[in-house]
Amino acid sequence: MDYFLQQLINGLTLGGIYALIALGYTMVYGIIQLINFAHGEFFAAGGYMGVILLSYLAASGAGPYVCLAGALILTMGYCAVLAMAVEKVAYKPLRHSSRLSVLISALGMSIFLQNGLMLTQGVYDKAYPTQMTQGSFQVAGLYISYMQVIIVAVTGILLVALNALVFKTRIGKAMRASAQDKIMSGLVGIDSDRIISLTFAIGAGLAAAAGIMVGFYYGSVHYGMGFVPGIKAFAAAVLGGIGNVTGAMIGGALIGIIEVFAAGYLSSEYKDVFAFVILIAVLYFRPTGIMGENVDDTRV
Amino acid sequence: MTRGSSKAWIALGVGLVWFYLILWPLMGITPEGLQFIPSLVVWLKVAAAAFVLVSLNQLRTAGALAFIGKPTTAAWTEIRKIYKKVPVRVWISVVFFLALVFPLTTGRYEKDVVINVMIYVCLGLGLNIVIGLAGLLDLGYIAFYGVGAYTYALLSVHFQLSFWLCLPVAAVFAAVSGCIIGYPTLRMRGDYLAIVTLGFGEIVRLILNNWMSLTNGPNGILGIQPPGLYWPGFSSGLTLEYIWLKKLNYLYYVILALVVFTIIAVHRLNYSRIGRAWEAIREDETAAELMGVNTFTLKLLAYAMGAVFGGLAGAFFAARMRFVSPESFTFLESAMVLSMVILGGMGSIPGVILGALALIALPEAFRGFELYRMLAFGGAMVLMMIFRPSGFWPAKRMGQRSEERG
Amino acid sequence: MEPVLELKNVSAGYGRIQVLRDISLKAFPGEIVCMIGANGAGKSTTLMTICNVVTAARGDILYRGNRINGIKFSKLPPMGLCQVPEGRRIFPRLTVQENLELGAFFRKDSTRIQEDLDMVFDFFPILRERANQKGGTLSGGEQQMLAIGRALMSRPRVLLLDEPSLGLAPLLVGQIFNKITEINRQEGTTILLVEQNANVALKVSRRGYVLETGTVVMEDDVKNLLQNPDIRKAYLGE
Repeated sequence: MDYFLQQLINGLTLGGIYALIALGYTMVYGIIQLINFAHGEFFAAGGYMGVILLSYLAASGAGPYVCLAGALILTMGYCAVLAMAVEKVAYKPLRHSSRLSVLISALGMSIFLQNGLMLTQGVYDKAYPTQMTQGSFQVAGLYISYMQVIIVAVTGILLVALNALVFKTRIGKAMRASAQDKIMSGLVGIDSDRIISLTFAIGAGLAAAAGIMVGFYYGSVHYGMGFVPGIKAFAAAVLGGIGNVTGAMIGGALIGIIEVFAAGYLSSEYKDVFAFVILIAVLYFRPTGIMGENVDDTRV
Repeated sequence: MTRGSSKAWIALGVGLVWFYLILWPLMGITPEGLQFIPSLVVWLKVAAAAFVLVSLNQLRTAGALAFIGKPTTAAWTEIRKIYKKVPVRVWISVVFFLALVFPLTTGRYEKDVVINVMIYVCLGLGLNIVIGLAGLLDLGYIAFYGVGAYTYALLSVHFQLSFWLCLPVAAVFAAVSGCIIGYPTLRMRGDYLAIVTLGFGEIVRLILNNWMSLTNGPNGILGIQPPGLYWPGFSSGLTLEYIWLKKLNYLYYVILALVVFTIIAVHRLNYSRIGRAWEAIREDETAAELMGVNTFTLKLLAYAMGAVFGGLAGAFFAARMRFVSPESFTFLESAMVLSMVILGGMGSIPGVILGALALIALPEAFRGFELYRMLAFGGAMVLMMIFRPSGFWPAKRMGQRSEERG
Repeated sequence: MEPVLELKNVSAGYGRIQVLRDISLKAFPGEIVCMIGANGAGKSTTLMTICNVVTAARGDILYRGNRINGIKFSKLPPMGLCQVPEGRRIFPRLTVQENLELGAFFRKDSTRIQEDLDMVFDFFPILRERANQKGGTLSGGEQQMLAIGRALMSRPRVLLLDEPSLGLAPLLVGQIFNKITEINRQEGTTILLVEQNANVALKVSRRGYVLETGTVVMEDDVKNLLQNPDIRKAYLGE
């Protein structure tokens, strides 16, 4: 039982990270029906920018919490700028092209960014200053590390903030309207280009936060690290019903828990396989995902 | 200066400012303090290149480059005229002849590259059936390549079966796995299909990576036999000798034969009744079904046929490298093959061949810039989609649509 | 009097297909003008071209004396030019109230917006009952009211209405058109009305244009149009 609960906590920690990445996929997909392959790279860039800023801030003598908060906020801002630039260059000119063209452009951008990271940051893993968040405490026989607390807290705050933004504010309303009908939302005065740009920025900001969390979780970052969590997060987005913000959060948590349980109870080598098998099974029996919104019947 | 040109300069300026904003934090923030020199150096290089490109484009739009542009387009139309005059058969024979003599006149490195290109031509043409004809976006196509390669590798290492026997076996295995993957996924449409095929591709790679007892995991399988052949020998009278086709020249002809077989098969499929049904499914699945096309079976068939060529290419790849490991079957490979099909021109056989050449041979030409190769490749994909989305050699559509007449 | 909206020899189309040829029309302040024509005559395309959703290949579109070709269509509602497009296009997964609030998206005066919301609710009481329901769950008539209400929320000077009678029962058509005349009378809003249902459209309008295969074949006061035997035969079912 203890083992089960321990695994559940680990699963939720990982799931929160997946949810943060999945939100970017689902929001971008919701608004321009694009599988943004470059999204994993925003996450990787976030991981790098995090370690760069952490070591800079630590060297300039800031306390650990100032470091963490500062690095988190600056990194999110950085990745938001990066995503807006990518959108402007690689996706905006293709607004009226076939969806396959945009998809290829996204693939190209993903390769470009990945190699850009490699060229500026080197091919080797970069270690995270994990000593910053070392230590753990025990509650009812369960070991909970400070790192896990930080991850869950940051993820939780960001998810709540995003929910408020999407469902409570004027901008959120405009985002939802644009996702449903871009021409009509233009006819009521919403500039859809700006909304799309903003969507990319928000998604990338969340992915950047996830990048830092993953850096602490695994202890290092790597220029190619965006790919596997990227597709798992996309799977989470699909699982939750793509285009659906709440669904992405649930899907992310589910994928994280499934992965940790599969690794803990079944086989750690095949943990990634289980995530995909569950995804395929869910889509087979419920093709619209858990939160069930319809995707357009549009093909390549 | 016209309004359009000042617009382009403003865009360049804004773009460069953004670029610096993105570049500097990556290069300039270090524990030792903030540095500006290294990032400025890179930035200046990029800025200079962008400046030259924009200037050239300005000159072109202003008509200053007409002295180059006009003769080139004129020459191009002349070439096209000549091209159209000579029957297609002649061109095909010329290309085929060149392909035949190619290994006799070139070195090891060139042959190596061309063999690689031809493997990808097979893969591209196979994927072209799935995506170009039937319109199913498959992001895990490389799985079939892996299945073909491992089929031959295992049969060769454990049972010493000959390459020629294994070739159809690999094709059948790939087709079967195509059906296995296809059966649950083909009810889905559009992007769900894409993500599920991506998932399947990853599952296959992970199984290859982790099933130690069968595949030897990440270490891969060594000691695969090359193709063999009975060849008349004259050393002691006329006997049939079994020789291993280890030399690159022989391998070249084997893959050439495979490519020719693939091209003929895909061409025949394209113009068959099945090909038309696939096109109907691509254009409008619901309408096709209402017209009596059995969409499910045909989509499954498209998957299986695509997988067959992937499997053939895989078996050859295993025989040629004489070593396989899961490393060769990553998503990046799927993305490469997909890019070939799209960049070349979806649904067009010469397009796919050109695409494979461009994506495999061109990066080889830039070996000197090893580090920047993939960076340039990714950037080129984006630019290509912006400026020429239909590919190098777009497929001719059968018939014309009403809006295109007149 | 100066027209508030004027099209001068506008041609437009989709890709290589030309839909509109040399359309010229005027709408004067405070009047209801209608444009009638068969299916595919180019009525909706005309409205979409006015808003620059479809780009005009040639010709000038003048709004209050200024040329508005090429202005991004999201900039038009703040200028007072608002369209209720064909098929209503309400946001199906937003609530009725959110739909209406989006109509006032560009406005910053929150107290006035609240007043206008009440005004729309008074105008279409059924919408108040449905305020928290998703737009997609409304019936056709209610959706039409919501679409018009949403447009009113932007306090338009000129309202472009595309087929408000589409898919509605005759009784509802009468109600909607009563409301349209009421809006015109109360707020002084200029209304350009596009209709296939010539009978009702001609009844509420002052002037009318007849569109056939992308060109204006006739323009006149409604009284004259109603007496024209060709029109009676072709559009009024006699």
